[in-house]
Amino acid sequence: MTELEVVGLKEKCKEIRKIILEMIGTLGVGHIGGSLSIVETLVVLYYKEMKVDPKNPHWEERDRFVLSKGHAGPALYAVLADKGFFPYEWIYTLNKPGTNLPSHCDRLKTPGIDMTAGSLGQGFPAAVGMAMAAKLDNMQSRIYAIVGDGESQEGSVWEALMLAGNKKLDNLTAFIDYNKMQIDDYVENINSLEPIADKYRAFNWNVLTVDGHDVRAIYEAVQSAKQTKGKPSMIILDTVKGKGFKLGEGKVSSHNMNITEEQWKQAVEELYK
Amino acid sequence: MFENKEMRQVYSETLCELAQNDSRVVVLEADLMKSSGTQVFKDKFPQRFIDVGVAEQSMISVAAGLSNMGKIPFASSFTAFATRRPFDQITISVAYAGLNVKIVAMDPGVTAELNGGTHMSFEDVALMRSIPGAVIVEPVDSIQLYQFMKQAYEMPGLVYMRVYRKTKELFFNQDDKFTIGKGHLVKDGKDVTIVASGIMLKQALNAAQTLDKQGISARVVNIHTVKPIDKDIIIESAKKTGAVVVAENHNIINGLCSAVSEVLSENYPVIMSRIGVRDHFGEVGKVDFLMKKYKMTAEDIVESAKDIITKKR
Repeated sequence: MTELEVVGLKEKCKEIRKIILEMIGTLGVGHIGGSLSIVETLVVLYYKEMKVDPKNPHWEERDRFVLSKGHAGPALYAVLADKGFFPYEWIYTLNKPGTNLPSHCDRLKTPGIDMTAGSLGQGFPAAVGMAMAAKLDNMQSRIYAIVGDGESQEGSVWEALMLAGNKKLDNLTAFIDYNKMQIDDYVENINSLEPIADKYRAFNWNVLTVDGHDVRAIYEAVQSAKQTKGKPSMIILDTVKGKGFKLGEGKVSSHNMNITEEQWKQAVEELYK
Repeated sequence: MFENKEMRQVYSETLCELAQNDSRVVVLEADLMKSSGTQVFKDKFPQRFIDVGVAEQSMISVAAGLSNMGKIPFASSFTAFATRRPFDQITISVAYAGLNVKIVAMDPGVTAELNGGTHMSFEDVALMRSIPGAVIVEPVDSIQLYQFMKQAYEMPGLVYMRVYRKTKELFFNQDDKFTIGKGHLVKDGKDVTIVASGIMLKQALNAAQTLDKQGISARVVNIHTVKPIDKDIIIESAKKTGAVVVAENHNIINGLCSAVSEVLSENYPVIMSRIGVRDHFGEVGKVDFLMKKYKMTAEDIVESAKDIITKKR
């Protein structure tokens, strides 16, 4: 990836953050923290890596993406809106009556959403099933998934981790958004995942750890995952919850928080300072 | 084709037949292949057989993922572990997500026998009935099973089937036609109707015979599809006989009894009674023992029928 591309992706991250802040800000409340922590990963996937076609969201040969931490829907909606999967104006309808952009991802409502998720611990095993199907049909498509760190306390995540490792699903690249916070407190204080990398390795996964806000590092990890044969890959994203939004950054309370018009507008200004 | 075969054998053979003609058909198990009888499928289609191990929750979400890529997954376990355990996965990953997964669950109600209370589900139909759009079918014999599997395969969406895997008994002829969602009149009668599903059909038929001998004409209706329920045949039966006994191998709360009661009370209220498990947990025992214990035998149906006939308006 050229330096120019890196600059372009970084710029895109700002735009996506702006859309997220505007989208949730227009409503006044939402899952800001966990949406902002995955922006760089979504930007690398959707603007550099994945085969998708906004004009044909159900294109058979596309790569698939499952946002298992479905509450970060607004981050994905921002990307899909920007790419033209649906009219941009939809972002102002987030969580409003009759909207196509519900708080948690819904494959039946939103063009470009590949799997419904929100009840935690379910999108990830579904992604494993999707990778199995792609293997059965010798498809070239890759399956990508982001799972939350708090979400990873769900037993079904570990059931699926074990299965994917044993089935050698090397067409699956998963990310854990390791922002180290969940609703009630720091993950470490609730029910720690550590040593997380060792756990994935023990489950027969290829494991990479990157700065989750470094687009080049993420891109390189994604390339490395693609070249790894015989194992699924887990990219541990070292992230900051609420990244880029001063009032929420690094705060447990950013999981689901109120935001005023003044606050989101101020935050957008700061993005471009 | 169906003689002297356990239902599980017909389940597996039908899966093979479907898979032979359609590469989208895949089978999932959670370490109960030997109980479901799907070894035959595994041998024929090893690539399309996925045993996830003892992990029913991820089995259902994995099945949803397979469906999301165009596959038609049939997932099996015991009724208890196919519903109670992954109930949220069935609700959200499959039904809410609008995906196409068939759950074929073995050992309904008392047929769990010596596995006892932990494996004995009297609540699976109740759970599944509360999921929007779920189709719930309980074939009485292999002839129905075969036809319902083919229909379930053709039908998009969530289908839940309860199967008494060990039985070889046939109640119908191969030429009989059954349709998911359409009740089946097994025997006509004018004094009372017995509505039965699954293993209770046999008890209902025996009860009808006894009643006939006593000069009471009983109509017997097999409701194999608890949801969507065939309102017409239930209302018609109520109009003809004025009294309805419902018999099911399940808790009398929120299963077939409740479904029939809802239809009657909203459309044509008549006296009715319920035969089934009266809000108990299961326990170890052979089917005969448990049916006696829970008052689910033909004699119990006879007694209940005679009682409600005296209460007709």
